[in-house]
Order: sequence, then structure tokens, then C-alpha cells
Amino acid sequence: MPSALINVPAKAKRGDIIEIKTLMSHIMETGYRHTASGDSVPRDIITSFVCRFNGNEIFRADLFPAIAANPFFSFFTTVTESGKFEFEWVGDKGFSESASASITVE
Amino acid sequence: MSLARTIAIAGVLIATATAAAEIPPEQRRSGFSFMTPETQSMQNDDTANPGMLWVLDGEALWKKKAGTAGKACADCHGDAAASMKGVASRYPAFDKALGHPVDLEQRINLCRTNHQQATPLPFESRDLLALTAFVAKQSRGSPIEAGADPQLAPFIAKGRALYTQRQGQLNLACSNCHDEVWDKRLAGSAITQGHATGYPLYRLEWQTLGSLQRRLRACLTGIRAQAYDFGSPELVELELYLMSRAQGMPMETPAVRP
Repeated sequence: MPSALINVPAKAKRGDIIEIKTLMSHIMETGYRHTASGDSVPRDIITSFVCRFNGNEIFRADLFPAIAANPFFSFFTTVTESGKFEFEWVGDKGFSESASASITVE
Repeated sequence: MSLARTIAIAGVLIATATAAAEIPPEQRRSGFSFMTPETQSMQNDDTANPGMLWVLDGEALWKKKAGTAGKACADCHGDAAASMKGVASRYPAFDKALGHPVDLEQRINLCRTNHQQATPLPFESRDLLALTAFVAKQSRGSPIEAGADPQLAPFIAKGRALYTQRQGQLNLACSNCHDEVWDKRLAGSAITQGHATGYPLYRLEWQTLGSLQRRLRACLTGIRAQAYDFGSPELVELELYLMSRAQGMPMETPAVRP
């Protein structure tokens, strides 16, 4: 079970700009490397990351082989209501992980 | 006669000038202080520090039963935040039964074989790094105390001898770089002082967490010497010497390095 680290403020004032930070555990194998015996190491990367707030998509990213292991995302959003952020990572070899965090808007 | 004496004196002078001097305590610096502000902030923020992913895994393994004894680490040691606080800052530590020092990875594996009746975890395996990082993280901020035990003195001396021993095709000792030119650069990289304050740590170059033994082996390969095997007495003695000279500096595990 891969670990994820999520940093969303627990509370914010209506209209505040908040920073969201996520870190997902993944090897991000490029597919361009070879073993000592010459066999190609198959690509194994996260291909997409999505963040939804109360069901609406607010951030999306496509990932590529040049992105380092354990991808870290930081992005900003304006909060207007209390609710739940849902994060989803999808990748090669059936990789699919999700996490969530709630925020209270005063 | 006088020529021979002159040569002898010159020889003594050269030997004195090139003898590695240890870094004075007030000039000691963690590798952290050589890093860019960006990499420093990565280490300081627990949600940006990739080493915390291993700490999380280690926390899960701490509570997971293993081996035929059916015991988890937590069944004997309880809450790691209390029982493991300051422990890693005393490692490598002297093991009475074995009669030599063991590092934290070896201690965890001894616990696995002796108390959990489980197979030892391979060096650099994700699980061993995760457990080590989790245990060592409980000492974050604690001053390093390794080497205070008087039984360790001969092993620290051996470690220091290895540290100052020239070896490999480049004929370099650890001290030639890390004591003598630590304020300079090797190509684009800071050389740094070799104070092992944050292991196991996340190296951006490795894109993973790694142990001090891995770091030492990489340095040995770099000077084109035959690297000692994982778990060899030489590596543990080097670890012990490095930790003993960092006495009083705060633990940083899991650190981030470039």
C-alpha cells in the first residue's frame, strides 16, 4: 500500500487562497533503462493526478517519464465553502490510489 | 650526514603538514547548512519531505506482527514516540552478546531474529529502511551521543584509522576531502564535513531513502576502492566514528540531501 502525504489547512476563512501540497510514493520508472543483462525495464509511472473539491475537478496534471520518483504537487485554490478534497493518482500497471482531506470554511 | 638529516627533517615537516586534523567542534556543520534554501525547506516541511513516506511505512510495520513468535515491535516496545526517543542518537552501539558494535539496521534485524523469530530484512530493502527511519525519526532534534560508551573506544579508533587510510586507485582517504577541503566543491557539489546526522536520508540523486552504509559504499566506489560489504565490521566502525565525531549535533532523520 503506497503512502501519500497530504497537506490541506483544516480551517480557512471564506475567500482565502490556500495552498495544497501532496506527495505520493512511487518509483516513476522511466522505461528507458536497461538491466545489467540488457533487458529493458518496463515503464512504470503515474500518468495522471486529479484533485476534486466536493465532486468538482479543480486541478489536474499529466505526468511523464522525466518526472522524479515520489511526485510532489503544490497548487493553490480559493475556498468558498466547507467540504472535502479528493485526490486521485492513476498510473501504469493498474496503479490507482486515492486520498482525501476536509476543510472547514468560516 | 647533514644532507640525510635535512631530508629527514623535510620528511617530518611534510608529514606534519599533511596529517589530517579533525574539524574543531565550533566549526562543525551539518550537511544541511551546505544545501540550497529550496532543498532545506523540503527537509523542514514534513509534507514535502519524501523521507516521511518511509517513516509512515515504518509506523505501519512497527505495529505489524512478524515472524513465528507472532509479535510486533510495538508488543514489546509500546509507543515508539516514548520508547524510541533518543535511541537512534546512541547508535551504532556496543552489543554485549556479539562483543562488537551494531548499527540501527543490524539492531532491528537482531530484534527480528532473536525476539520475533523472523527472517532478517535485507540491507537497503524498503522495509528495513522504513523501520530504521521510523525509529530514528523519534530522535529528531536529540543530540547525538554515539560513542560515549567506553567499550566502543577501540572500535572508534579503528573507524578513525579507516577514515584516514588512503585507498583505492585514486589513493584517497575520507579525511582528504571531508576534513581537509570540506569548504570546497567537487565539480558542482559541496564536499561537506561527513557528519552523519540525518540517516537514513532521502537523496535526490538516489530518488529514494538510503542508509549511511550505502553512502559510504558510494564514496568508496568513487575513489575506486573495493567497497566493503553491507553489514561488514569496517562499515559499522566507520559509521561509529562518523557519529562519534558528530556528538552533540542534533539528529535530522529523515534528512534530505541533494
